[in-house]
Amino acid sequence: MAEKNMTVEAASGAYVPVEGDFELLHRQDLQVDKNFASQGYWKGVFIHFFRNKRAVAGLIIITVIVALAIFGPLMSRFGYKDIVQFRNEKNKRVVAKGISPRVPWIHELLTGEKYDDSFSEYTFLFGTDDLGRDLWTRTWYGARVSLIIAFVTIFIDMLIGMSYGLISGYFGGLADNVMQRFVEVANSVPRLVIVSVLAIFMPKGMGLVIVALLLTEWIGMSKISRAEMLKIKEQEYVLASRTLGAGHAHIIFRGILPNTIGPIITQVMFSIPTAIFTEAFLSFVGVGIVLPQCSVGTLIEDGFNNITTLPYQILPPIIVLALLMLGFNFIGDGLREALAPKLEDM
Amino acid sequence: MLKYILKRIGMAALTLLIIVFLLFWLVRVMPGNPFPSERMNAVQIANKRAELGLDKPILVQFYEYMSKLLQGDFGKGTSLYNGAPIKTVLSTCVYNSFRIGGIAILFGTAVGLLLGITAALNRGKFLDGFCTVFSIIGVCVPSYVFLIFLQYNFCFKIPFFPYFFDPDNFGFSCQLPAFSLSLFTISTISRFTRNEMVEVFDSDYVHLAESKGMYGRKLVLRHVLRNALIPIVTVVAPLIVDLLTGSLVVEKIYGINGIGKLMVDAIAGEGIDYNYVLALGILYSALYIGIMLVVDLLYGVLDPRIRVAAKGEER
Repeated sequence: MAEKNMTVEAASGAYVPVEGDFELLHRQDLQVDKNFASQGYWKGVFIHFFRNKRAVAGLIIITVIVALAIFGPLMSRFGYKDIVQFRNEKNKRVVAKGISPRVPWIHELLTGEKYDDSFSEYTFLFGTDDLGRDLWTRTWYGARVSLIIAFVTIFIDMLIGMSYGLISGYFGGLADNVMQRFVEVANSVPRLVIVSVLAIFMPKGMGLVIVALLLTEWIGMSKISRAEMLKIKEQEYVLASRTLGAGHAHIIFRGILPNTIGPIITQVMFSIPTAIFTEAFLSFVGVGIVLPQCSVGTLIEDGFNNITTLPYQILPPIIVLALLMLGFNFIGDGLREALAPKLEDM
Repeated sequence: MLKYILKRIGMAALTLLIIVFLLFWLVRVMPGNPFPSERMNAVQIANKRAELGLDKPILVQFYEYMSKLLQGDFGKGTSLYNGAPIKTVLSTCVYNSFRIGGIAILFGTAVGLLLGITAALNRGKFLDGFCTVFSIIGVCVPSYVFLIFLQYNFCFKIPFFPYFFDPDNFGFSCQLPAFSLSLFTISTISRFTRNEMVEVFDSDYVHLAESKGMYGRKLVLRHVLRNALIPIVTVVAPLIVDLLTGSLVVEKIYGINGIGKLMVDAIAGEGIDYNYVLALGILYSALYIGIMLVVDLLYGVLDPRIRVAAKGEER
């Protein structure tokens, strides 16, 4: 039908408009306001974050370490508690104790000769420790343990601290007063004291570290979310929500919480390195992770104990620890700047 | 102002009392045994408990403990050092830790401030970049890692410094631990000083002072630094507690007979010594609360605005 119409029109000589008939004058001079164009809040944060070189570097560092912590132990043929050993031609057991880092084909390429020990074909990128365990596996396994502890505890702390702070700030008055006095008391107990008291009635190990972190790290989060709550609860939309008959829980967790999430995420990024650090030092002191499990802290302790005989052993865990701290600090800084950009950074 | 100070002191004392009671209660009530039970039978444990007064009601025990504590007596250890009086052991440890921590604080604060001021004055130049890199390293690498590194290189490879701490040769053997403890302080303080000073430099009153013809040391010290000091004090206060009480790990690595090592001995050994845990917990908390109190009062000295606000609060 349409075809028919077309042909009729064409036949009657009527003009069919095509693109290109009209052209906007001075197209190249048109200015689009990119700086102050309206965009979503999170999109702005995202763009700002990725423009920050340091933040991106931090993100890359953390991604690489997390990937290695997940897949690193799989790359080696030895498990984290396997002692590398085999029987040689005389049927004697040989244990790969204290082998320095090496990759056989690189060694062959550089020196033109093969290793002449029993483990000539094995690759030990980070070497082995004094018991003969592969340090590559152990380092990444330890990083995995440290990261899991940090993520789990900080996530729970975030939930606790956020709820506590929001509720305290929302209700105000007597409830706020009592809750804040409690925070004050809790805040003036040093972390070490909490750990030492916990050590009395808890077995040493991962549980102790997690509980100690749970008991201390929520305080900072609660302070931040309370401050945010005090700022936000005066706004009109909260009043509107209340007028429409929303319950307290709905207003706090559905209405206000999404607007406080930015500063809390920043705090989380700064708390994770604190958690890793605390775990490392508790393990180093001897109340943290127990053998044959390992974490960054126990690996540093092992390395320290053997530093005069196997000095290379301490380097990988130290470097991993430092990079983790660096990465999370960079991400935290970047997020803070992205969430509350100053005018000069725009 | 006096009323404000008294109120703060009262609050701090109350908090401390609550914490002491909580610690006491936790240590006494929680399940667990202060004596190595494999080596002692039930009668021996009961005798030992009676000897230490652990069989009385908890409030009576608390009263007795507090009345002794107020006279400066921490009681006796349950397993550590064959039950020697805690006071004598603690005084040696406190002396060692405070000496090294004090040096670290003084050195760290001085160098940190100097570095921060230099960086702020040379904003965007080489020194600023150096300060930034230094502070990043200082924050990311724990102090005990520095100490391990220093110990390996300058005590083992090049035997210049003594490998372990020696109280008789304090001046020489305190240098490595004090230096590595101060690195974190240096980096934190320098970063904060730099950022605060840069911010203050941009404020109107500094521009005014400059336009009046003020420059150089007087402007920096009297106008910029004084205002930048307030946030810095907040950051430094918890650091002071950490350093004074000695880092557990640093003391363990360098063999320093200090509070940190005592804490490790008390909790990481086979039997946990309840009374040492209690005494050290009280010491740590008291120090922490005390220093926070001093900082709170220092604000008033540093910043007249807070003084005024405190006065307003009283009315």
